[in-house]
Amino acid sequence: MILTKSLEQFGRYCVFMRRTFALPDRWSVFGRRTVTEISKLGIDSIPLVIIISLFIGAVCTIQMKLNTTNPLMPAYSVGLATRDIVLLEFSNSILCLILAGKVGSNIASEIGTMRVTEQIDALDIMGVNSANYLVLPKVVGFVLFMPVLGVFCIGTSLLGGWCVAAFTDIISIARYTYGIQAYFTEWYVWYGLIKSLVFAFIIASVASYWGYYVKGGALQVGKASTNAVVSSSILILLFDVILTKLLLQ
Amino acid sequence: MIEVKNVTKSFDDKTILHDVSAKFYTGKTNLIIGQSGSGKTVLMKSIIGLVRPEQGEILYDGRNLLDMKERQVKELRKEIGMLFQGSALFDSETVLGNVMFPLMMFTGMSRAEQLDRARFCLERVNLQGAENKYPSEISGGMQKRVAIARAIALNPRYLFCDEPNSGLDPKTSILIDELLHDITHEYNITTIINTHDMNSVLGIGENIIFLNKGHREWVGDKDKIFTTANEALNEFVFATRLFQEVKDYIIEHGQKG
Repeated sequence: MILTKSLEQFGRYCVFMRRTFALPDRWSVFGRRTVTEISKLGIDSIPLVIIISLFIGAVCTIQMKLNTTNPLMPAYSVGLATRDIVLLEFSNSILCLILAGKVGSNIASEIGTMRVTEQIDALDIMGVNSANYLVLPKVVGFVLFMPVLGVFCIGTSLLGGWCVAAFTDIISIARYTYGIQAYFTEWYVWYGLIKSLVFAFIIASVASYWGYYVKGGALQVGKASTNAVVSSSILILLFDVILTKLLLQ
Repeated sequence: MIEVKNVTKSFDDKTILHDVSAKFYTGKTNLIIGQSGSGKTVLMKSIIGLVRPEQGEILYDGRNLLDMKERQVKELRKEIGMLFQGSALFDSETVLGNVMFPLMMFTGMSRAEQLDRARFCLERVNLQGAENKYPSEISGGMQKRVAIARAIALNPRYLFCDEPNSGLDPKTSILIDELLHDITHEYNITTIINTHDMNSVLGIGENIIFLNKGHREWVGDKDKIFTTANEALNEFVFATRLFQEVKDYIIEHGQKG
């Protein structure tokens, strides 16, 4: 029963994506809407990304120091471990799980409200491809801006760790700075960016899907918003495993 | 003219429309009336193409909607204006932005021309001075007028209105009815209005189709509706307390006289 329902949902999602990835009726309108979505979904998320990254970076550094008390381990390994955690998991998977809550619920509730207030029907009756008009700018805008958020996240997390070194006596600034530069693997940055692009696509498209097919009223819009966050979070975790296996092993 | 021929539509096992046929004339206000659940909305959705009937024909000046390809339906929709029950204005756009929307999407007009046309449409519905307001900042009646302005922006050949008076006070309802009636005659549009408002029926009912339990039971105009022998229609017409009291008064005084 669950399998049948899941397959049905997946089929409907594919049809929805086919409609979404049609050529826009007006490229100028599409361009304008994409810029608006970058501002709404991307730029507006920067403060949240900065706050979370700063604190998580600081906490990572403290915990690394507290949990690596072995005298054989060099002190700079705190910085090194913090950097790798941020590059490999935090700046993409964990950040996207957080953004699935903010951006995903925003998209699902916006499109869901448009559905229940017949605004999507109005677009369809005018002859506008509503899925393409509403969803494509969101997907493209968010996917384009996600690497920028990832870079912000990496920078601020490492800054959070630096603050711990600067304002506490847990680790010296010199050792922390040396640690975040030691044994640097460039591929980890690309790996993180590739993952964040895939996750951004999942968040924007899955949330749009749930919003687009809302039936009923305000209560159903709320449910769609919850479904959007839950399903995109699960898909992010699933694709995290798949991409890690494919890209790192 | 729009002609509906033998349209049948079911949802699951329940048949909502039974072999319905009707003609909607150009330059006339055509009303679909009936109680809630009679199939009015399904009939209108079938005519617009939001719902696909199992059988029948829907002819737009001879062109069968059900035989059209996706591209042809898209082209046809550019000839259609629609006024939704809840107005369905885009929240993120101003009043002017809403009226300009179809012009921006479907015409090669310059921005100045779009502005001129949008302002003309807003003037036509007596709504000057609200151009820069958002839908949430204006009244329900004004929202309906903006929706009418948006619907006529592309000079449609067909205008559909789903319960245009719902949620409006009687005075504003009459204004909206008169506006729809005037626009229909002025631009020679085929207008189809889905309503259960008797004021609208008596005010602008030039061609009335009465639906009862999914069957087309009566066709006529506002002058014939009070003299019909159709029981279901009589029940519908005299369902309001006001009409019932007027009827009782006439019967009582008629007997005395």
